[in-house]
Parts: sequence; structure tokens; C-alpha cells
Amino acid sequence: MRSKAASIPYLIWMVLFTVIPLGLVVFFAFTDTSGNFTIANISQVGQYMPVLMRSIWLSLIATVICLVVAYPLAYIMSRRKSYQQRTLLMLVMLPMWMNFLLRTYAWMTLLERNGVINRLLGLIGLGPFEMINTQGAVVLGMVYNYLPFMIIPLYTIMTKIDNSVIEAAQDLGANTGNVFARVIIPLSVPGITTGITMVFVPAVSTFIISRMLGGGSNLLIGDLIDMQFLGAAYNPNLGSAISLVLMVVILICMSVTNQFDSSEGREEMMV
Amino acid sequence: MENQVLISLKNIVVTYDDEQVLNGMNLDIRDKEFVTLLGPSGCGKTTTLRIIGGFVEPTSGEIFFDGKKINDLPPHKRPVNTVFQRYALFPHLNVFDNVAFGLKIQKLPEKEIRTRVLDMLSLVNLKGYEKRRINQLSGGQQQRVAIARALVNHPKVLLLDEPLGALDLKLRKEMQLELKRIQQSLEITFIYVTHDQEEALTMSDRIVVLKDGDIQQIGTPVDIYNEPANAFVADFIGESNIVDGIMKQDCLVQFAGQDFVCVDKGFDPMEQVDVVIRPEDFKIVPAEQGKLTGVVQSVLFKGVHYEMVVEGSGYEWLVHSTLCEEPGAYVGLDLIPDDIHIMRKMEVE
Repeated sequence: MRSKAASIPYLIWMVLFTVIPLGLVVFFAFTDTSGNFTIANISQVGQYMPVLMRSIWLSLIATVICLVVAYPLAYIMSRRKSYQQRTLLMLVMLPMWMNFLLRTYAWMTLLERNGVINRLLGLIGLGPFEMINTQGAVVLGMVYNYLPFMIIPLYTIMTKIDNSVIEAAQDLGANTGNVFARVIIPLSVPGITTGITMVFVPAVSTFIISRMLGGGSNLLIGDLIDMQFLGAAYNPNLGSAISLVLMVVILICMSVTNQFDSSEGREEMMV
Repeated sequence: MENQVLISLKNIVVTYDDEQVLNGMNLDIRDKEFVTLLGPSGCGKTTTLRIIGGFVEPTSGEIFFDGKKINDLPPHKRPVNTVFQRYALFPHLNVFDNVAFGLKIQKLPEKEIRTRVLDMLSLVNLKGYEKRRINQLSGGQQQRVAIARALVNHPKVLLLDEPLGALDLKLRKEMQLELKRIQQSLEITFIYVTHDQEEALTMSDRIVVLKDGDIQQIGTPVDIYNEPANAFVADFIGESNIVDGIMKQDCLVQFAGQDFVCVDKGFDPMEQVDVVIRPEDFKIVPAEQGKLTGVVQSVLFKGVHYEMVVEGSGYEWLVHSTLCEEPGAYVGLDLIPDDIHIMRKMEVE
């Protein structure tokens, strides 16, 4: 009974800030400017398919890079002495204390045609390279900004893996490769799925990174939505429709990811 | 008929953060024997086991297995398996897959893995538990899985790190007998670490008593109990009365203000010694017949015997007897020469 009473504030919050806005998005997506029902907005989304695909593709690349970079780092961190772990974790979080915009601006000055990197390369007779306003720059921005969101869930789950379990595997004849394949990776699956979710979802809907580092030519779905609400192309109904489609896409992606997680869990249930 | 030496530790020194854990240990372990490393916590027994398993690298010294030096061999290449202190079972695998882990790494045929795992599970009385998850097992069952997982690989040596520490008394006693039975039927060398002296006495062929990184005594359980090498061993193995004495001459010792005939020789004249008397070796006699006398301070019923504290002439004697004396009674205590154990004083550290 008491737990029911305690959940009321959260219920109110959910209704006010999740259910009602979601309902509004759905409402706008299926109506025209005068409020009449239409599916024209949804069918119009089709023409933005290349942008949607590009968003998913670039976010996927960024997510994979984050996973590949974060996994060994998280493992190394989790096997350190506790005071070293705290220091390393602090270093991982440190960039997040700076403003997101500022961090991305910093990359602009680094990558620009007359930016720091090109000038340094120029000193040794290389370049200048075309770095800003490319897809690579957008992916770099995503990796840089969202990497901590991959490291932290991985690190958290890995600290729970007891050293003695790793020793037991070695004792039973497992070399380093086998220890990872048969023990550490299976035990860190929940961290992997959480990390993927926490990187992919914000990356796929970002608009700041692509605008700053991708120039005008690498428009992402986030930019498109932004333009419908605040930009010159003002059309909240179309914006809502794109948002709705994006939401469905993310939901599908997440349920695929979670499949890996729960196939472990389900086995547990079955026996 | 002593078996050949299988594992040999030569002058092993281990230092952690400037603290010496083992001070030059020399130890030979023979094929097919059940050796127990016994000592209080922090004595270096687990470290010794981890050196053999390959998880700790000695600061100096050499380890030989079957005559070959194995210092640089990583754990996964050593022909030993370990039963870890808190089992360290794989939480993501069921009982069958836990036990099959080592065999799958060896890439044995599926069929052979199946037979060997099922055989091993029936050896440890876990038939029918193959599909269970680890978190669905009791402590005793997890223990058996850990043993099966190690033994299924047919190691030449099984290392056991306080494997029964987490079990209740009754289960522990059962498992002691079961482990001994398994060791004898499989003819494998067991190296067993415990701080429980009774467990060591029950199961071992030989006991190695450790203190502060030094071996105090190596011997059969009977030797260690009856002929402890020093006062520490005497005190650690069973209960003891330990008092200061002076060796007046061969076979004559003075303690508690009396001279006693004993059976020990070879001490310097008037050497200061430790005198060890087991509580069950005292014989309670009428006061006028006893060399030592005192007043019974307390009586505790212990099942088979009564445990009494007798205080007299400044000493408190712990006495075990099947006879009960009333608290406050004035009694005599008698000893025969065989029951007086004389030990050289341990070096003061």
C-alpha cells in the first residue's frame, strides 16, 4: 500500500512529461495545419529516407567504435586497485563537466582547414587535409561526446566480475582469449547492451554535432526535426511525423539489442 | 613405500609491499598423498597454494613439478586444478557447463565430455542436477560442483583452498570423509589448505604447520599431535598447558616448583624450556597423592569429558577428565613421564 502512495508523484510526472507530450507528437503527426486527420505527413517522411539511413549508419559506426575503444579500457580499469579506479573514472568523466557545445566547438577549431591539426601537419610538410564538414568528423564528434556513456556501464558491470572467476577459468586451462570469450564477455553482456543503448540513442537523434562538424552537407535526422520546429522550414506536423518514425526505428533497434541480453536471462528462467 | 616427489618448492620467498609472506620455504610433496597446509590466517598457507597454482609469482626460489622447473609456466598450462575458497563457479553457466568448462577448452569430442561430466557428477552425488543454475544450489552443492569441475580434468594434483570453510559443522564432517574417499579412489595428490586443526588431523597423510611464513613442523597427524615440535604447534593442534621450565639434566625437568621425571634428553644443563602438557594427560588423584595440587575453579560438561580449570600455586591447569569434580574441591594432579613434552623455547621475534 505504502509503495503505491510513494509512486504517485512519479506517476504524475510520467503523465505530465512523457505520456501527454507523446500523445501530442502522435496527434501532430497525424493532423494537418488546420487539425484534420491525415497520413500525408507520415508518407512524406519517405522522401527523407536517405537522411534517416545516414543517421542510423553514422550512429552505428560511432557506437561500434565506442564499444571497441571502451571495452578494453573498462576491463583494464576494473582490474586496478580501487584508488586507481577512482582516478581513472574521474578522468573519463572529466570532459563531461565541460559544456557539450563548447567541446564540439573545440573540435571545430582543431579540424578546420586552417585549424590546429592542419597547421601542425603543415609544419612537417603534410596536408592540409579536408577534415571538417565530412562524415568522419561527425562520427568523431559522436564518439568523443558519447564515449563515457559506453565506458561507465561496461566498467560498472565488469567490477562485479570476481577475480577468482577469472582465475578459475585460467586454472581450467583457458588462455587469455578463452577467458574473454567464455567468461568475461558473456558476463558483461548486460553492460554491453546498456552501453550500446546509451550511445546509439542520443547519437542517432543528435543535431548539434552534425551541424557543427558536418557542415550543411551531412544533414542528420535530428537536424531535419530541428528545422521543422525552429528552422526556416517550419512545419511541426512533419517534424512530429519524423520524430514518430525515428522513435519506432529506435524501439526496433533496442529490442534487437535486448534480445542478446534476455536470451541469457531466459535460459535462466527455463531451467 | 614412499611415493616419488611430485612437487618441490625450493627456497621460496614471497614479498608483498615490503612484507615477507614466505621466508624461504622448502617443501616436497609426494605423488598420491594428502598434504594439509595448516596454520592461522596470515601464515602463508594460501600463498603457498597460489604459488603452486601459478597465481602468485615467488619473489625468489624455484618450483619443480615432476622434476621440471615450472616457475614461468602460466596457470592454464599447469597440470593442477584448484577448488577455490568461495568456489568461483561461473554464474552464467549451468552445472553441466561449469563442470565441462575445462574439457571444452581442451576441445574433446562432445560425447566424451558428456560421459566424463556425468561420471564426475555422480561421483560427487549430484546426478540429475546438470541443468540447474549455480544460484539455485545450496552451499554444499556448489562445493561439490567446484570439486567436480576441478577433478573432471584428471589433474595430477588438486589444490583445495579452505573448501569447507563456508559449510555448517555437520556438512563439513560429511564432506571431509567424502573428500578423503574421492582422493583415495582417484589416487590423486591433494594439497589442502585449512586453519581447522581437527579437519587437518582427520584427512591428511601429512600435515605442514605454518606460522608467519615459516614451516614449524611437517609430519603425520599422529606425530604432530603427540610430538609437537614447539609450543606453537602444541598450542595450535589441540589444547595444551604450556608453562616455563628448566631442564635440570637429561630426563629431569623442573616446573611449577617441582621436579618431574620426563623422557626428553639432549638439552643444555639448566636450559630454559617450554613444558607442554595435554589436558587429557592429567590424572586427577586425591590431593595428598598428587605432585601438583589445586582448587577446581570451573567445570564445563563437553560431552565425552568434563573440562576443568584447576588453580594451584600460581598456575591454572586445563584438565580434561571423564570424572567430574565439584567446583571448590581441592585435588591433586598426577602425570607420567611420557606425558610431559619438553620443547626448546621459540626464538623471540
